[in-house]
Amino acid sequence: MSDTQTFLLDGEEIPFAPGQTVIQAALAAGHYIPHLCYHPEFKPHGSCKVCTVKVGNRTAASCTLPAQAGLEVESASDEMNDLRRTLVQMLFAEGNHFCPSCEKSGNCALQALGYDLGVMTAGFRHLFPDRPVDASHPDLLLDFNRCILCELCVRASCEVDGKCVFALSGRGIDKHLIVNAPSGRLEDTDVALTDKAVQVCPVGVILKKRVGFAQPIGARRYDASPISAQALADAPRAPAGDGRCAACEEAEEK
Amino acid sequence: MNAPTEPTRKLRVATTSLAGCFGCHMSFLDIDERLFDLLPLIEFDRTPLTDIKHCGPCDIGIVEGGICNAENVHVLREFRANCKVLIAIGACAVTGGLPAQRNHLDLADCLQEVYVTEVSLSKGGIPNDPELPLPLDKVHPIHEVVKVDYFIPGCPPSADAIWKFLTDLIAGRTPKLGHGLISYD
Ligand code: SF4
Ligand code: SF4
Ligand code: FES
Repeated sequence: MSDTQTFLLDGEEIPFAPGQTVIQAALAAGHYIPHLCYHPEFKPHGSCKVCTVKVGNRTAASCTLPAQAGLEVESASDEMNDLRRTLVQMLFAEGNHFCPSCEKSGNCALQALGYDLGVMTAGFRHLFPDRPVDASHPDLLLDFNRCILCELCVRASCEVDGKCVFALSGRGIDKHLIVNAPSGRLEDTDVALTDKAVQVCPVGVILKKRVGFAQPIGARRYDASPISAQALADAPRAPAGDGRCAACEEAEEK
Repeated sequence: MNAPTEPTRKLRVATTSLAGCFGCHMSFLDIDERLFDLLPLIEFDRTPLTDIKHCGPCDIGIVEGGICNAENVHVLREFRANCKVLIAIGACAVTGGLPAQRNHLDLADCLQEVYVTEVSLSKGGIPNDPELPLPLDKVHPIHEVVKVDYFIPGCPPSADAIWKFLTDLIAGRTPKLGHGLISYD
């Protein structure tokens, strides 16, 4: 026991295995750190910054920060939660999130995070972007209005499905999700309903058709308990894939 | 949840529905018999319930609906000028809501489609009666036009959420909804 390494999270000792990140160790110990783009089965992406914690005088994304013995990490403070609230507000203002008509409502990580952080308004001026949906595929709908650019579908499609159906394109505020087909339409890809990429979207972008509200509002994942009470669901587990697909590796080498 | 104790003076409350559907007002009435606990504490100024046409000095103003036309802007400004505390209630006031779903479309195209092109809807062309307030090209949440002190999201917020919020506020506590009461849909 004596050689178990630990760090401090909000004053509590958290054990960790070598190679674990701060968020992995925290979640494994049942301590919730808010997050959106982190997923236990994928390599960290570090883009949403919702998992930001304070270490000393600096802030760092806990999903990319390696756990080290003796670290003193501050997460559940007003300062960190204020920062997270602002990030979530910006995500709401930047897309079109009309929850009352969204099939993901109640199962949506962004929404659940908003509830848990007490986000009562997006605060900022809503951008109301124009993002047409892609309903071309017989079994899947893509509603780009709700994309938070977490790249989970991109990572899943590449690392697990080996298909690279999705990618992000553009920079800054123009960054957006694209479909890798000459037509840009989902019907012209080899995406399948069983693909990992179809299952990982934390929000209501990649939706199976003809499912709708079969699971009624009120009986959904985050109706039962807040997202912060479900930390163990995101505890580390075996990676879903083993790195990038062969085609991407090859392209990189060239 | 108990109602707060009676203050020395009744709080004056105004409410209005701008680009909303009155669903939030219905949800407010849904607090049912708790209205009896509330009524000794408040009195109404302008609301759809009293038919008072203009808002006078008030303690609390509750605004349902976003801003979709010129009249909405005037009413909202009147509320802000007269209410010490202004509350945005419901998805439409807080985010623009359903009416804002037209924001990616051209206003002229919308009017054309509804009043001219679409046979089942058209009733003799685009209305142009001078009595009608002019629509804005985009629908806005109310915080984009005036300063808003509090927000109660939901489409509509549940009666329990409204009750919790108002009783917190009247009792001088910072209103806090928490799991199960805070809802965006
Ligand atoms: S994706 Fe989530 S936050 Fe966005 S509209 Fe759907 S339920 Fe609401
Ligand atoms: S579609 Fe979903 S999974 Fe993919 S980047 Fe957007 S939010 Fe993330
Ligand atoms: S969860 Fe760490 S940056 Fe998104």
